[in-house]
Amino acid sequence: MALPKMLRKPLSWKIALLLARKLGAIAALVLLGGLLSATLVRLAPGFDADERELDPGLNAESVRALRQSRAGEHNILSFYAGYLRGAIHGDLGTSHALGQPVQTLLRERWPVTMRVVGVGLLLAWMLASILAFTACLWRRPAYEILGTTVSGAFLCIPAAVLALLSVILNAPGYLAIALIVFPKIYRYSRNLLAKAYTLPHITAARARGLGEVRILAWHVLPVAGPQMIALAGITVSIALGASIPVEALCGLPGIGQLAWQAALSRDLPLLVNLTALVTLVTLLANSGADVMIYMLRPREA
Amino acid sequence: MSTNMIGRRAFLRFLFCFALVSLTLTSGSAFSQSGGELRFCLRSEPKTFDPLLVDDDSSLSIRYLTGGVLVRANRKTQDLEPELAESWRVSKDGKQITFKLRRGITFSDGSPFSSEDVAFTMQRLMDPALHSSTGDAFRSGSGAVSTKIIAADQIAIIFPAPLAGLERLFDQVAIMSGRSPKKEAAVLGPFRVAEYKAGSSVLLRRNPNYWKKDSQGHRLPYLDSIRLDIQSNRDVEMLRFKRGELDLINVLDSDYFDRLAASSPGLAHDAGASLDSDFMWFNQVASAPIPEYKRAWFRSANFRRAISQAINREDLSRVVFNGHAQPAVGPVSPANKFWFNSKLKAEPYRPDAALKRLQADGFYVQNGALFDKGGNAVEFSIVTNAGNKPRERMAVMVQEDLGKLGIKVNVVTLDFPSLIERISQKFNYEAAMLGFRNVDLDPNGQMNIWLSSAENHAWNPQQKSPETTWEAEVDRLMRAQASTADPKKRKESFDRVQEIAAEEAPFIYLVNQNALSAVSSAVEGANPGILSPQTFWNAERLTLNASTRASR
Amino acid sequence: MQHERMNAARKLACVAVVAVCAVSLGANWLAPAGYSKQFREAPSAPPSHQHLLGTDEVGRDRFARVLYGTRISLLLAPAAALVSTVLAALVGGLAGYLGGIWLRLARGFTDLFLSLPWLFLLITVRALLPLNVSPLVSVLITFLILGLLGWAASARVLSTSADAMRNSDFVLQARASGLHGPRLFLVHVLPNLKPVLYAQFWISIPVFILSEANLGILGLGVAEPLPSWGSLLRELEGLISFREEPWRLVPLLLLIVVMTSFQMLLSNEEVTA
Repeated sequence: MALPKMLRKPLSWKIALLLARKLGAIAALVLLGGLLSATLVRLAPGFDADERELDPGLNAESVRALRQSRAGEHNILSFYAGYLRGAIHGDLGTSHALGQPVQTLLRERWPVTMRVVGVGLLLAWMLASILAFTACLWRRPAYEILGTTVSGAFLCIPAAVLALLSVILNAPGYLAIALIVFPKIYRYSRNLLAKAYTLPHITAARARGLGEVRILAWHVLPVAGPQMIALAGITVSIALGASIPVEALCGLPGIGQLAWQAALSRDLPLLVNLTALVTLVTLLANSGADVMIYMLRPREA
Repeated sequence: MSTNMIGRRAFLRFLFCFALVSLTLTSGSAFSQSGGELRFCLRSEPKTFDPLLVDDDSSLSIRYLTGGVLVRANRKTQDLEPELAESWRVSKDGKQITFKLRRGITFSDGSPFSSEDVAFTMQRLMDPALHSSTGDAFRSGSGAVSTKIIAADQIAIIFPAPLAGLERLFDQVAIMSGRSPKKEAAVLGPFRVAEYKAGSSVLLRRNPNYWKKDSQGHRLPYLDSIRLDIQSNRDVEMLRFKRGELDLINVLDSDYFDRLAASSPGLAHDAGASLDSDFMWFNQVASAPIPEYKRAWFRSANFRRAISQAINREDLSRVVFNGHAQPAVGPVSPANKFWFNSKLKAEPYRPDAALKRLQADGFYVQNGALFDKGGNAVEFSIVTNAGNKPRERMAVMVQEDLGKLGIKVNVVTLDFPSLIERISQKFNYEAAMLGFRNVDLDPNGQMNIWLSSAENHAWNPQQKSPETTWEAEVDRLMRAQASTADPKKRKESFDRVQEIAAEEAPFIYLVNQNALSAVSSAVEGANPGILSPQTFWNAERLTLNASTRASR
Repeated sequence: MQHERMNAARKLACVAVVAVCAVSLGANWLAPAGYSKQFREAPSAPPSHQHLLGTDEVGRDRFARVLYGTRISLLLAPAAALVSTVLAALVGGLAGYLGGIWLRLARGFTDLFLSLPWLFLLITVRALLPLNVSPLVSVLITFLILGLLGWAASARVLSTSADAMRNSDFVLQARASGLHGPRLFLVHVLPNLKPVLYAQFWISIPVFILSEANLGILGLGVAEPLPSWGSLLRELEGLISFREEPWRLVPLLLLIVVMTSFQMLLSNEEVTA
């Protein structure tokens, strides 16, 4: 029996509902992330401490005033409530360490980080793909060992050294991020592709005489595809994490450098906003990957 | 053509050449090479551009280059020189200072400079809501500071209580304009802040209205601009210096110094012992959450002296700093010529004497480990801040030295806020190692360290009344030296403080580092010293050699 | 022939790992100087008879430090990597396998976990430990925490893999033949998650080794004078000098050899099928 008209929801409604649910979930998680990060910062020792306390030039009243300046942040819940109230009106608070409104700081620095992380990720995927596809297409142990050694080498080199290297080569920031992230992409994708190659229809395709490139493009990649897309989603998060030491070491005025300074000085307003931002980006990247996987999945008859 | 005309043309050509040659010969070499942009790095983001609130290094550097002060302490000779003030007079009771100011000076935006601006600056500085080390240095006693404008070029500042070393304090006070709409952007110094890119760089441009002229009457500064890049990574800074992208490194690590001296000897400068010291101390706070028997060790002067004798300071200077440091004697470095008590020497390395001292207190050695008279193994931790490689290395060497006595030392590197919480709020630490960057020659700057009631009396701060006789004596001596203006009397008192510090060893002073810096060959006129700012204290007279710069 | 070559390579890898382990266990005999004795007349010295890899900035024998550091890092980093791999399999794999609300919850939890500033948790842990904690306890706790915090990224990928498998033919077949719950998960789903799990395990080892050194900033990690591979690798940070002092690269080369050998041992027939 067909459902009455009003109970049958059109496709556009379904998509709209799905989107609304996803966005609602993202918003809730971002808010939760802000609160949790504020709690972590508050509970860590040294919350009240300011390095100016060690300055013998300051007298007792000045030191007292210094300690009082953080008093408003002692109760995390009231701080967070106040922060949310301000955020609704567009005021994201003021940074202690830099004395500027957080909104201005984020607006100035986000493009720098986006550029560095974006170009770095692109470069990382290119490098990893070249190595992985070479090993897939020319199935020789030598290429396998080469790929493993090269990616292993860059995994073992400390970020500080890679940052310095990227400055020496006049490719500050993005080269370091690419070198930090590409070994991880290589290893995951090489393993996923290798697994896909073991499927029975690959042997059949080879028996039929299909070329390696066609096999890779039409038979292997689609199988490994969903997981590679999921991998792409988390590489955004990995690259953002890598941007913190890289920007701090290369002196790039981006979000990563801001996060580093904020962490060192326990700058609560800044840290809450940065966590919310990172959570948002991570959620968008991973949810975007999920949606793409969902849309690309083979339709069952 | 007639010979007359040829002659005239030739004569004119000759005149022209003569004029050209004589211009280049007679004008000072500085003038012909004036201009250019000096480039060096700030190690951290400047926290403020308000000269009265400045406390961190980067902001201090910017204030030095942009602020005009009444008197300037020459960073090389340590003498006071007149700047915006032509002359000054301190009253007999030490409570009043009268300045006679230069006339015809304007701020960088053209507003006139007069005693009103000095009054405005002092009133702002003394505002009880303003908290900075510059202002706190003037707060000697309770009561308000008043200013009396005697004339447009004469002003008297009256303090409620006498301040020793009063004139020198004005080296830190950059005069702000009371009337200019640009507020702190209007400056009296050789440069002004032109651009600030947060996280990236600060650009200073020449102040067109700077009053100072050189001996030939040319307006200073010679440089057009100074670019300060914000770069905390020392490896990258060194790389950029070697590439020619930077002209100065103000404070150079000893590792880099030797490498630079090997490759380009003329560029690395060692100006000798600086005022900085590295030291360690033990937690003597009565209510500290440490075991009672450990507190007993730390409160015993004998124990502290023994530890001090067991540390090989020569090795520290030689190994950690490659010889670019000297064993420290006490709170004052020998570089502070007037205030240093020259009768004192650094504690020599005598591990056998150290052991004897400990044995006198009841300690004994068993199976290579040291035990106290209660049978507790002597073990304690030294906390220090992470990220300072020389200090971490010194801690490891001290660990080895004390290990030879049978003492087990644990080195714990912490992030700065955690460290500060432990040493000044919760007191849950046993021993700590830090350094002191002494910008001030005058011992008054160390009042808050030596007074037992003060915040920075590191081993036992904020005592209600002195808990030991020697701390009571130090209190008395510090107050005595602060209340008289007679330098001889002050030196007597402070010499005695240094002697007590050597006997009781509340701080175990380790080394005084040398002032190391790097100056590129393109910079002329640099004369690196030991007082901050080491390389650009004479920034207004520095010039850049255009040809050396171009050839990079 | 490729198979034979690969087997030969695997044998070589095995020998390399065993050799490194043996040498590090024999540190007491091979490097009698010990890792903490400071030869103060020869700091930062080049290699010589007494000091095969020279000395570090305070004069400690680098060869001894490499050997002793290998013991700690080679044992604990893989252990921590194992912990994080198991956690990732549990959270990501199970969530994908169960599907529905569990999958959504796990994904949200994982994304949040990836974004929080765990630095502050580490600082708090340090504050809770006594200052005089033994170096062994300190390094154990450090690697344990690293393992507990390092699972999130691959859990995300695993959830996708397991989700895809939930409705795949062979799982439906196994269900139809009577397998349910934990056995189905362990026998059929988990083995197919191997590519991602092995990749995570392999990547985590050097990442944890380097992180342990970075945690020294917070007071965690290996306490002086104990060496670890991480602290040895941090010596490379003054990169400018490595052309004049190439022996400083030996710990890095050693680690690369060990990591490559691990990968050779972990990979199986599938690699060259």
